[in-house]
Amino acid sequence: MTSEPRMALSEPVSDEVRKTTCYMCACRCGIDVHLKDGKVRYIEGNRDHPVNRGVLCAKGSAGIMQHYAPARLRAPLLRTGPRGSGEFKEISWDEALSLATEWLDGVRQSDPKKLAFFTGRDQSQSLTGFWAQQFGTPNYAAHGGFCSVNMAAAGIMTIGGAFWEFGAPDWDRTKLFVMFGVAEDHDSNPIKIGISKLKKRGARFVSVNPVRTGYSAVADNWIGIRPGTDGLLILSLVHELLKARRIDVDYIVRYSNATWLVIDAPGTGEHRLFLRDKDGKVQVHETVTEQVVPLGSPGARAGLYGRVELPDGRSAVPAFQLLAEKYLDPEYAPEAVARETGVPAETIRGLAAEIGRVAFDEAISIDQPWTDVNGQRHQSYLGRPVSFHAMRGLSAHSNGFQTARALHMLQVLIGAVDCPGGFRFEPPYPKPTAAHPTPHGKAEHFGSNKPLSGPHLGFPRGPEDLLVDPEGRPMRIDKAFSWDAPISAHGLMHMVIANAHAGDPYPIDLMFLYMANMAWNSSMNTAGVIKMLEDKDPATGDYRIPKIIYSDAYSSEMVAYADLILPDTTYLERHDCISMLDRPISEPDAVQDAIRWPVVEPDRDVRGFQTVLLDLGARLKLPGFADNHGKPLYKDYADYIVRHERRPGIGPLAGFRGSSGDRTGRGASNPEQLQRYIENGSFFSAHIPLEAQFFKHANQAYQDFAVRMGFFDTPQPVTFQLYQETLQKFRLSAEGLREPLAPETHRTRILESFDPLPCWYRPFEEAAVSASEFPYHAITQRPAAMYHSWGSMNAWLRQIHTRNALYVPGPICDELGLASGDWVWVISHHGRIKVEIARMEAVNSSTIWTWNAIGKREGAWALDRDAPEARKGFLMNHLIHELLPPKGDGLRWSNSDPITGQAAWYDLRVRIEMAESGEVSEPHFAAVAPARPHADELRYGQEWTK
Amino acid sequence: MTSLPSLPTPKKLGLVIDLDVCVGCHACVISCKEWNTGGYGAALSDQHPYGADVSGTFLNRIHTFEVVPEGGQVIGEAGEARIVHFPKSCLHCEDAPCVTVCPTGASYKRAEDGIVLVDEDKCIGCGLCAWSCAYGAREMDLAAGVMKKCTLCIDRIYNETLREIDRVPSCVRTCPANARHYGDLGDPTSEVSRMVAERGGFDLMPEQGTRPTNKYLPPRPRKPLAASAGPAVLAENTDGAKGFFAWLDGMLDRI
Repeated sequence: MTSEPRMALSEPVSDEVRKTTCYMCACRCGIDVHLKDGKVRYIEGNRDHPVNRGVLCAKGSAGIMQHYAPARLRAPLLRTGPRGSGEFKEISWDEALSLATEWLDGVRQSDPKKLAFFTGRDQSQSLTGFWAQQFGTPNYAAHGGFCSVNMAAAGIMTIGGAFWEFGAPDWDRTKLFVMFGVAEDHDSNPIKIGISKLKKRGARFVSVNPVRTGYSAVADNWIGIRPGTDGLLILSLVHELLKARRIDVDYIVRYSNATWLVIDAPGTGEHRLFLRDKDGKVQVHETVTEQVVPLGSPGARAGLYGRVELPDGRSAVPAFQLLAEKYLDPEYAPEAVARETGVPAETIRGLAAEIGRVAFDEAISIDQPWTDVNGQRHQSYLGRPVSFHAMRGLSAHSNGFQTARALHMLQVLIGAVDCPGGFRFEPPYPKPTAAHPTPHGKAEHFGSNKPLSGPHLGFPRGPEDLLVDPEGRPMRIDKAFSWDAPISAHGLMHMVIANAHAGDPYPIDLMFLYMANMAWNSSMNTAGVIKMLEDKDPATGDYRIPKIIYSDAYSSEMVAYADLILPDTTYLERHDCISMLDRPISEPDAVQDAIRWPVVEPDRDVRGFQTVLLDLGARLKLPGFADNHGKPLYKDYADYIVRHERRPGIGPLAGFRGSSGDRTGRGASNPEQLQRYIENGSFFSAHIPLEAQFFKHANQAYQDFAVRMGFFDTPQPVTFQLYQETLQKFRLSAEGLREPLAPETHRTRILESFDPLPCWYRPFEEAAVSASEFPYHAITQRPAAMYHSWGSMNAWLRQIHTRNALYVPGPICDELGLASGDWVWVISHHGRIKVEIARMEAVNSSTIWTWNAIGKREGAWALDRDAPEARKGFLMNHLIHELLPPKGDGLRWSNSDPITGQAAWYDLRVRIEMAESGEVSEPHFAAVAPARPHADELRYGQEWTK
Repeated sequence: MTSLPSLPTPKKLGLVIDLDVCVGCHACVISCKEWNTGGYGAALSDQHPYGADVSGTFLNRIHTFEVVPEGGQVIGEAGEARIVHFPKSCLHCEDAPCVTVCPTGASYKRAEDGIVLVDEDKCIGCGLCAWSCAYGAREMDLAAGVMKKCTLCIDRIYNETLREIDRVPSCVRTCPANARHYGDLGDPTSEVSRMVAERGGFDLMPEQGTRPTNKYLPPRPRKPLAASAGPAVLAENTDGAKGFFAWLDGMLDRI
C-alpha cells in the first residue's frame, strides 16, 4: 500500500467573518459571510441566530452566485429604444436623480394621485409607506394584495394576528401539527427545523395540499384536497368538533366574542350587529339573574345560547348560538363535503377526532402563575397542543378570506391560540383591529404639494371608511378599499397596470415600482400586461402609462419596460432593517429585529434603493426627508435607521436604544446602534418574561410589556372575533338598510361573501366557467431552491431547476393517452400555453401543476438566448386573467377575493389537449434585452486551491 | 490497482441520512458545493453557467422519486403515492471498488478513519473509479480533469481553526431538517450508531457487496387518519336548552 498523502487540514476558512441577514427569500435568516482576499468564500447559517439557529437552505448557501451574478445591473439606465427593446444608455446618478425628481415633483405639484408607487419584495415598507405618505399620493401599497392578504387580514380581524410573520406553531410542545396550502416557503428554515423536531418527538404532522412535494412529502398524513375547498373541509371539522363537544367553553367565554349579544331585528339597519348600551359597550346575557348587562360586569355568568327579549321589543342571541346553529347543520357533515373536497368522510372524521383528542385528552400545562387583563390570577398556562399553519394555498383563492377565517375560528373553538402547544403570537402581535389605522385616500385626505393625512393602508371598520367618492367610485388606482374590495388591507398591486392602462378610475402620469417583476411572473395575464406597458395613445403618441421608474438589482423582465432604472445593490452590499415597525423576526418568546450592512462594497455604480428614496425625498423637500431649509435630514439609509423616530423614542430598530445603548423598545436614538447590532450578529433579541409569554391577547404582564416596548401606548388586549361585525355592516349596506348604501351592482356579491361567520362559496372562476369545458384545476408550487423569479441568474440554483414541466395526474394521463415527455395545450377561458408534461401520482386527481416562475423571458436575467428557462420553461400566468369572465352584468370583476382583493391565482380552471411535440414552449416572446457577456466556465474559488 | 487499508479501520466516519425528514430542499447540495469549491482540491467547476447546456460538478445530489407501492398505506385520494427525496453522495464503502480499480493510487481509503479520497496530484482523470462506483457518487471535474468526490469535508472535520461544534461536514451543518448526521459508525456507542440501531438504518444496495459506511434511516411508520375516526356522532339537537346547549350549560357552570 502506498503511503497516504499529507494534507494541511487546519487551514483558516477565511480572513474575516461578517454577520448579516440573508435576503435570498423572505425568511431573514442570520448568516456568517466568510471573506477571503476580499471575496466571499463561504456563507453559512449563524448558529446564534434565533430564526435559523445555524442552518441555511439552498438559496442562502448559493448567495455567492447571487452576489456575483452577471445579471446584476451596473449603473442607472435611461431608455433609448421603445419599451421592451431593452435599449438603454447608462447615465450618472446625478442625471438619474434629477430626472426622477423632475418627474415626481411635476406630479406632486399638479395632482399627486397621478403617481402610483408600488413595491414588490420590499422589506422596508415602513419607509416606503412613509415616503409615499409624505409625497401625498393615495396610490401606494406593497405586494401583499397578490401575495397573502387574505391570510393577514383574516388573521388580524379574527384573532389579532396571522400565520408566519406574526405567529408560529409552538414547535417544542405541539403534538398535532396541521399545515394547509404551504409550499416550500413562507417560511423556509423555521418550518423545516420545526417539522424535524416534531417528527422526532413522535408528534403527528398532517399536510393539506393538492400536491405532495416538499413538506407534504414527509407528512404523516397527506390530504390531497381539491383546490379552493379547504374552507369546506375546515367547517366540516368544526361541525365534527361541535358534535363531539370538543369545544373549550371556558376559553371561548373568556377570550372570544361568543357571549356577545347579537341583535335580531330583520329589516332594520341594526340587524345582526352587536347589542350595545348608550356608552357603546357590548352586552351579554347574565343567565343567573336573566339580565342583559355590559360585558365584563363583575360576577356575570354570560350565556352562550338563548334568545333574550329586549325592552324595545327586539330580541338578541349570543353570537355563539348563531355559530353553533350554522355549523351543526348537516350540510357541513363529512359525508356532505366529501365529494366537493375530494377528501373521504372517514379521513375528515379521523382528523377531527385527532384534533379533539389531542386538544383535550393530551392537554399540557406550564406551571407559571399569571394574571389576565380582567385581574384574575391563574396558576398555570393550560395548553391545547394542536397547532396550525397556512399560507397561499388557502389565501390565493377568491374565497380565501373566509377560509382563513374558518381556520382561525377552529383554533379559537378548541382553545389553541397562544397557548402552550398551539399557534403562538410573535410581537408586536397580537394587535386588535382597533389598533390598526383606517385607510387614508379619500378626497379630503390629499392634495397638491402636501402629505397624505394618514397611512394608506389599514382596516375599514365599516363601509363608512371606504375610499370612494360620493358616487361610490374608487379613489385609488388599484380600487383598494372600494366596494370592489372593501378590506383590501394590502392594496391590489396586480390591478395597477391594467387600471392605469384603462384610465379606470383615472389615468396616471408616473408609475414607480421597486423589485416587482410586473412584466413577467408577478402579473396575471403577462402577455396582456406587456401590451399595456407598450401601448401608446394614438392621439398623443405617448405611452398610456407615460412614465415608469423601476428599481431592481438584476436585469429582470420588468427592466425592459421602464423608462428610468435605478439600480439596487445585492443584499450583501446594503443596509436594511427588519423592523418592529414593519415585519420583524420576532419569536413567540422574544422581541427581535435585525439589520443588513454592507459586508462587501459594491463594485458597480449602484445604490441601495432605500438610500435613493431618502435622496429623492430630500430633493422633493418632503417633510420628514428635508428640513425647513430644504436640507436633507438623513445622509443615507443607515443614518435614517438610527435617527428616524416614528413616535418619540420609537425608531426603526428596537435594540440598543438610548445614549448608552441600554434601552429596549423605547429610547433616544443611539449613534452607535448599528455597530452594536453588528457586534451582536446583526440582530437583537429581548426575551419576554415567562409570566407574559402565553395568552398574550389577554395577559396583563404581556400587555404591560408591549407598552414598555413601545408597540402601543396603552394596553391593547384582543377579543377573538368569531362573529365579525364589520362584515355584517357591509351586508346591511348591501341590503339597503344601513348608510352608506352599497351600489346596486355590488349587492349580490356582498351578500354572498360577507358572512359575519366564516362561510364557503365556490371560487369565482370555477363558478363562472363550464366544468365540462374546463375540468381541471391548475396551480403552482414554490420550489424550495428558488424564490419567485430570483434564482435563474444564479449559476448553482439554476442547475436544480433549469426548466419546469407540467405535472399531470396519472388518471388524466390515462384518460387522454398522455405520457411524460408529451406536449399539450393547456387552455383556460383566457389563454393557452403549450408545454411539456410529466406524469405524477401524488397529486389531487383533478389538479395539474408546475413550479412557480422557473420560466424566463428570452434575454432576461443575463441568460443565453437559448437557455432552457426561456425555451422550455413556462409561466402559468398566461392562463390567468386579471378579470373574471364576463357574467352578463355589463361589468368585468377583478379576479380577486371580493373582501380583500387578494389575487385569486389558484382559482384557475383549464382543460388540456394533446399537442404536436415541440422544442419551445408557447407563448414565446422576442428577446427582451441584448445578450450580456459572461464567462463560459466558472471555477469559483480555484485561486484558493492548495 | 490500489489497495484498501487493512480492515476494519479504527474509525468509520460517515453520514447517516434520515429519509423520514428529508424534504428535498437541496440545502446540503449547495452548501457542499460552496464549501468544496473553495476547499480541498480543485474548484468544482460549472460549464456554460448561464447557457443552454449548463452543468457542474456536485459532490452531493438529491434525487426525487415517486413511489407507488403495491398495497400499503392509503393516504388521501391519490392512493399510496409518495414522494421520496433521496440525497446521495459517496458512501465511503469498506470494500470500495473505486479504490481498488484506481491505476495510479490516487483513489485511496484512509487507514485512520475510512474516508475515501482522491489525491488529485496522482489522478490522471481516467474515470475508471466512476465506472466502478455502483452509486454514481463520483464526478469528473471537466475544468480540472480530475475526479471529485465527497471528502466528508476532511478540511472541516479536523480543522482546528473551527469551533468544535462546526467540525462537521458542511451538508450536516446546514441541513435545515436535521436529516443529516455525521459520526463514527465503527463505534457502536456513537450517536449515529445508536440512531442506526434504533431506527433500522440500512445500507444502500447491499447486494453490491461494497459495505457502505453511510447509512439511511427509513421513514417512520405512519398511521392513517381514517383509523382515528370513530363511529359517526348522532346529529345534535340544537333546540332550546336540550342536547348541545344543555351540555354548554353544564360547561358554563364549571367555569
